[in-house]
Amino acid sequence: MSTARLVLDGVACRRGGRLLFDEFGLALAAGEAALVTGPNGVGKSSLIRIAAGLLAPAAGRVEATGARALLAEAAALDTERTLADAVGFWAALDGARGRVPEALDAVGLGVLAEVPVRMLSTGQRRRAALARVVAGGAAIWLLDEPVNGLDAASTTLLEGLVARHRAGGGIVLVASHVPVALPGARVLPLEPAA
Amino acid sequence: MIAIVLRELRRAWSGGGLMLTLAFFLLVATLFPFAIGPDARLLARIGGGVVWATALLAALLPVERLVLPDLEAGVIDQFAVRGLPDAGIAVAKVVGHWIGFGPAVMLAAALSAALLEMPADVLLRLELGLLLGTPGLAALAVATAALVAGMRGAGAVAGMVMLPFALPLLVFGAGALEGGGSGLKLVAATSLLLLAGAPFVAGAALRFARE
Repeated sequence: MSTARLVLDGVACRRGGRLLFDEFGLALAAGEAALVTGPNGVGKSSLIRIAAGLLAPAAGRVEATGARALLAEAAALDTERTLADAVGFWAALDGARGRVPEALDAVGLGVLAEVPVRMLSTGQRRRAALARVVAGGAAIWLLDEPVNGLDAASTTLLEGLVARHRAGGGIVLVASHVPVALPGARVLPLEPAA
Repeated sequence: MIAIVLRELRRAWSGGGLMLTLAFFLLVATLFPFAIGPDARLLARIGGGVVWATALLAALLPVERLVLPDLEAGVIDQFAVRGLPDAGIAVAKVVGHWIGFGPAVMLAAALSAALLEMPADVLLRLELGLLLGTPGLAALAVATAALVAGMRGAGAVAGMVMLPFALPLLVFGAGALEGGGSGLKLVAATSLLLLAGAPFVAGAALRFARE
C-alpha cells in the first residue's frame, strides 16, 4: 500500500462538446490527500470519474499505482439484500469478505447489518457505500461528494476514516462543494476552462 | 465472475423470474388452442413454431431489468473500477439470464406440449432445439438490454432491435422439428454466433453508457 501513487497530468475534460476544465494536474503519493473544490457543474464528478478510469480524459494522462475504490453518488448496493450481504458482494469481489463486519462497525452501521438496504435512510446508505470502500482495502480512495446526506457526527466519522486510511499509507482524492476537514490535504480549486 | 453470475440469478429469481416465465409461457401457449380451435392436426402442425415464438418473447420479458438498473445504481461503474472487462460483465449477465429463463422455458414447453397435441418425438427435438437455442436468445437479450438502456420506451425498442436478429434461430428451430439433425446443427451454429458476438456488442454499449 505504501507504494501507491495517483498522478493526473494536464487532464482536460470535455462533456457534451463543452470543455469543462483543462490543464488539471495533481500527484499524490502514499499518505497524501487532495480536496477538489468548486461550484456545481464545474466538473468535479467528471474529474473523479477520470481518476477512476471510468471516463477517458479529452487530453492528458492518468496514472494510478494500486487498486482504486470509488464512492460516487450511486451507492451500487442491491436494495433487496441485507446490508451485510450487499456490502459483502463487493468485498467478495475484492477478496475481503471477512472485513465486512469490521467495515460496517467503522461507519457505525454494525447493528443494521441484517437490515435490507432499501430500509436505510439516505445518510445510512451513504455510510454503507463508504463501508464498501473501507472493506475493499483499495489503496486509492476516490470520494465524490462524500458528505452529501451525512449529518455532523457522520461527517466527523468520515474524516476520521480518511485520516486512518492515510496513516496506513493510503491516498484519498475528495471532490466536494462543501468544506471537508482533511488536515494536511492539498486544496485544489477546479476552475472552468477559459 | 461466479459471484456476478449468482447475483444475476438471484436478481432474476427474486423478481419472480422463474414463475413469471413459466406462467407467461403457459398463458401464451394456452391462447393458441383457444384462438385456433381444438383441431389436433392443425395444433400439432403449428405447436413447435408457437413454442419457439413464445421462448423468444420469454427471453425478451425481463429486458428492461437486465442492464438499466445496474447502470443507474452505479453497479457497472463499480465493476469497471475493479478492472473487470465490459465484455466479461456481459458474459456473466448472459449466463445468469440463461439460467434464469432457459430451464423454465424448457419445462414450460414440456407442459404446453400436451395443450398443443405435440407427439413425443417432436417434443424431444423441440427440447433439444431449445437447449441449444435459448443460450443464443439470452445473449441477444443481454446485448439488446445494454443497447437500449436509458432509452425512452426501451421495452418497445428492445423488441424491434432483438426480433430481427432472433429470426434465424426461430426459422432453424422450428425447421428442426420436421426431423433430421441438420436443423439442430443450424440452431447450434446460430446460437454460437450470437453467444460469441453479443458480449462484445453489450460491452461496447456499456462503455458508451459510461461516457
